[in-house]
Amino acid sequence: MSARRIFARPARLAAIAPYVWMVLFFLVPFGFVLKISLSQTAIAQPPYEPVFDLMAGWGALKTAFAALSIDNFRLLVSDDIYVFAYVRSLIVAVTATALLLLIGYPIAYGMARLPTRWQAVAMVLVIVPFWTSFLIRIYAWINILQHDGLLNQILLALHLVSQPVVWLSTDSAMYIGIVYSYLPFMILPLYATLAKMEPALEEAASDLGAPRWQVFWLVTFPLSLPGVGAGVLLCFIPIVGEFVIPDLLAGSNALMIGQTLWLEFFTNKDWPVASAAAIVLLLVLLVPLLLYERLQKRQLEQGR
Amino acid sequence: MRKVSRLSRFNVASLALGLAFLYLPILILVVYSFNASRLVTVWGGWSLRWYHEFFNDRAMIEAAWMSLRVAVSSATIATLIGTLAALALSRGERFRGRTLFSGMLYAPLVMPEVITGLSLLLLFVALNAERGFWTVTIAHTTLTMCFVAVVVQSRLGSLDRSLEEAAMDLGCDPVRAFVAVTLPLIAPAIVAGWMLAFTLSLDDLVIASFTTGPGSATLPIRIYSEVRLGVKPEINAICTLVIALIAVVIVIASLASKLSSSQGESAAPL
Repeated sequence: MSARRIFARPARLAAIAPYVWMVLFFLVPFGFVLKISLSQTAIAQPPYEPVFDLMAGWGALKTAFAALSIDNFRLLVSDDIYVFAYVRSLIVAVTATALLLLIGYPIAYGMARLPTRWQAVAMVLVIVPFWTSFLIRIYAWINILQHDGLLNQILLALHLVSQPVVWLSTDSAMYIGIVYSYLPFMILPLYATLAKMEPALEEAASDLGAPRWQVFWLVTFPLSLPGVGAGVLLCFIPIVGEFVIPDLLAGSNALMIGQTLWLEFFTNKDWPVASAAAIVLLLVLLVPLLLYERLQKRQLEQGR
Repeated sequence: MRKVSRLSRFNVASLALGLAFLYLPILILVVYSFNASRLVTVWGGWSLRWYHEFFNDRAMIEAAWMSLRVAVSSATIATLIGTLAALALSRGERFRGRTLFSGMLYAPLVMPEVITGLSLLLLFVALNAERGFWTVTIAHTTLTMCFVAVVVQSRLGSLDRSLEEAAMDLGCDPVRAFVAVTLPLIAPAIVAGWMLAFTLSLDDLVIASFTTGPGSATLPIRIYSEVRLGVKPEINAICTLVIALIAVVIVIASLASKLSSSQGESAAPL
């Protein structure tokens, strides 16, 4: 038996502890979300019909299953509030991801074309803000964007506007916050792909007479698609479920699904509906994941 | 012959503007934490006033202490379990339940935190577990161990496995080969994983809100509550202290990695 296979045995045993942990604290909790999304609301603490009482035996289990209902899911479909929240979340995520790509791509390209020793410096500079507290960075923008904040002070001083602009509680503020917070997630995958690209390919296209814009669209961009895909996925999915940024910067005029879920849970105390909303959100997010996986397989097949 | 310049002015400008965009808000926040004026947007001269206010604010101090304890505890547990998971995935070859295992490890990476928080709260309620330090720690461990697993697994994947095989050919059993050969080589990744877990835990608001209990709010929860009521100068000071803490952790880690790499170089000729 090879040394590698001998090594594999204890390595397999290493899976036991993390496996148990994830089943207990990831899979089982999901079972509860699913169960409660099929429960009725109750004026109680906790505010839903009780979970199975395993001690009561098989008969009680049958009764519990019979009591399940899809009323909460019907409510999600019939009530405009929820449909709008999902749609708004998707629109915001698409728009923000597009902005991130437009802004992140030139930055990543610039990083990839720096002299080698400077690339490491640039990489660190992009990563360090990520280490700064997420909430703190949003708070920083609240300071800057508020009515008499720095941005308005500068605009007034330069006479670009005649009176303070309302930034907070608008979509503009929310997009600034999202782009600001997620930019590293777009830059890093793009940079990883662009750094591996051979500059000679671009030079060859240029030598053969292609103008700069054509070099980009025919050579650079197609070769960077894996990085684009990874960056888009890493940004789009969390943004759909984002809660803190829209809550602090966009206010309560039009809610995203993360905010709706939070309100349903903490304010309305309607845990079954909150659970149902969570299930639907997960199903919605499976779509881009499956699309991405299919794209990756296709690229692998083309690569052969 | 016309040649595409490797680095155009547009590229330099994009890079400079991007980095400025990333750093300016933080710098502004730090500067205003030394503002003497109570009005957050009017500069009133230099002062340490808001730092004094923070250290006299018992609720904030307790929240900061809670956050630190949770972050250290969850990062440590997450690093232990996450490293085991990475080892199993990269060295365990095939085993029953592997697909489910990797699915469970990768899902939390992309899942919205409101869902993670909601599901864990429902678990703790069902178990009648009293919510506080341990429920938050468990929740943060569950989230961050997935990041640790990815970081360490990536490092394990790039190792030359013949080193481990050589050790076993020379008589080591697998565990000893791991401790003597593999563990030192992945130590930098483990440290990086711990730091990442620590930072993510310290930073988390959503999951902590779901899994904490009365009287055990974490610092982000405190800051969030205050921020929703409007900006206050005390928050600037608190935020600056958090930034300073994380900066210190990063510096210590980079110094440690430099030290270990220089030792590695000096050991090479032996």
